[in-house]
Amino acid sequence: MPNLKDLKNRIGSVKSTRKITKAMQMVAAAKLRRAQDAAEAARPYADKMADVVNGLAASVAGSSTAPKLLAGTGSEQTHLLVVMTAERGLCGGFNSSIVKVARYRAEKLLKEGKTVKILTVGKKGREQLKRDLGAHLVGHVDLSDVKRVGYENAADISKRVFEMFDAGEFDVATIFFNRFESVISQIPTPQQIIPAEVPAEAGAEMLYDYEPSEEAILEDLLPRSVTTQIFTALLENAASEQGARMSAMDNATRNAGDMIDRLTIQYNRSRQAAITKELIEIISGAEAL
Amino acid sequence: MADTMQFDLVSPERKLASGAVRAVQIPATEGDLTAMPDHAPMITTLRPGLLTSEGPEGESRFVVTGGFAEITPAGTTVLAERAFPAGAEARAALEAILAETRAKAATVSGPEKDALDKTAGDLERTIAAL
Repeated sequence: MPNLKDLKNRIGSVKSTRKITKAMQMVAAAKLRRAQDAAEAARPYADKMADVVNGLAASVAGSSTAPKLLAGTGSEQTHLLVVMTAERGLCGGFNSSIVKVARYRAEKLLKEGKTVKILTVGKKGREQLKRDLGAHLVGHVDLSDVKRVGYENAADISKRVFEMFDAGEFDVATIFFNRFESVISQIPTPQQIIPAEVPAEAGAEMLYDYEPSEEAILEDLLPRSVTTQIFTALLENAASEQGARMSAMDNATRNAGDMIDRLTIQYNRSRQAAITKELIEIISGAEAL
Repeated sequence: MADTMQFDLVSPERKLASGAVRAVQIPATEGDLTAMPDHAPMITTLRPGLLTSEGPEGESRFVVTGGFAEITPAGTTVLAERAFPAGAEARAALEAILAETRAKAATVSGPEKDALDKTAGDLERTIAAL
C-alpha cells in the first residue's frame, strides 16, 4: 500500500495537470473560433478563383499553348510532396495522421520507381518524416513565429514551389493538409496543385471577353490560384489543429478528473485503514491488560 | 434595365465590400474601365490603382494592387491580391509595396524589369491620386 504522503503528492500533481489541460482546451477553443472565421472569410476568394480558373482551363486545355502549370511538364517522374503540419504538438493525432498519409503516398511512389522530394511546412511533420524519409527532404518552411497565417505565408511557400518548378526540379506537386470537418473530425487530404487539376465537367456557362488574351490571363491567374490553394490549406490546417487540440485536451481533462477521483478514493481508504489499524492496536492493547 | 448590380470586392483574407452599386470603375491592365449593370461578360486582370464604386450611399474608393475582375450582366466581382479602403493605411501599405517593387526592379533586367517599372509607375500614380 503506497503511503499517504505519496498519494497526496500524486493527487496534487494530477490536479495541476488538469488545470493546464483545461486552460489549453479553452485557449484552443478561442483560437479555433478565430481560425474558423479566417477560413470562412477566405472562402469567397478561393471559390471564385477556382471557378474562373476552371472555366479558363477548360477552354485552353488541350491546346499546345497551354501554360506549363496547367499542362504539366509532360512527365510524371519527380513528385514534390508539400506536407503541412503544426508547429506544436499536444493536438491528438493531428500531425501523425497527415504524416501517415504523406508517408504512404511517398512509399507508393518510390515503389513505382518515381523520385520523391518532400517539402515540410511545420516542425512536427519534419521531425516525424526525418526518421525514414530523411533523404528525400528538400526543404522546410518554418512558421513557428507566425501567430496568424496570412496570405504572405502562403505566398512565401508558393514562391519556393515555383522556384523549384522553374528549375525543373519536379513534375507534379501535391499538398497534404487536414481538411477541417468538425471539432472532432479532421480529414487528412492530399491535393494536387501542379499541374492544375481541372474537373472534367467544368466549363464556363457564359462566354466571356478576355482582356488581355485568355492565355495571358491564365498565365497570371494560375500562380495565384496555386497560392490561393496553399493559403486555403494553411487556414484549414490551422482550424483543424485547434480543433484537434481542443478535443485532445478535453479528453485529457476528463482523464485527469477520473484519475483524481480514483486516487482520492484510494487515499481515503488508506487513511481509514491506518486509523482502523491504530484503533485495533489500542483496543487489543487494553484487552491484554 | 436594372439600375444597380451586385458588387463584391474580395481579397484572399477577407471580403471588403459587397452590395448593390450603380457603377464600378476598375483599373484594368489595359486601361481603366467602368462596369455598369448589363455589361457584357468579361474577365480582366488588374493593375495597381484606385477602384471606385458608386453605391446608393455615395462613392467608396479602394486601393487594389493587382488581381482580376469578373464582370457579368448581373454583377461585378473583383478578386484583388491586396486591397485596402482608401486612406492613410492604404497609403502606408502602398509605399511599402512601392519600395519593395523598386528594390526588386533594381536586381533584374529585361522584360521583367520593364514590368516591375510599370508596376512602380502605377503605384506612384495611385499614391498621388489618394
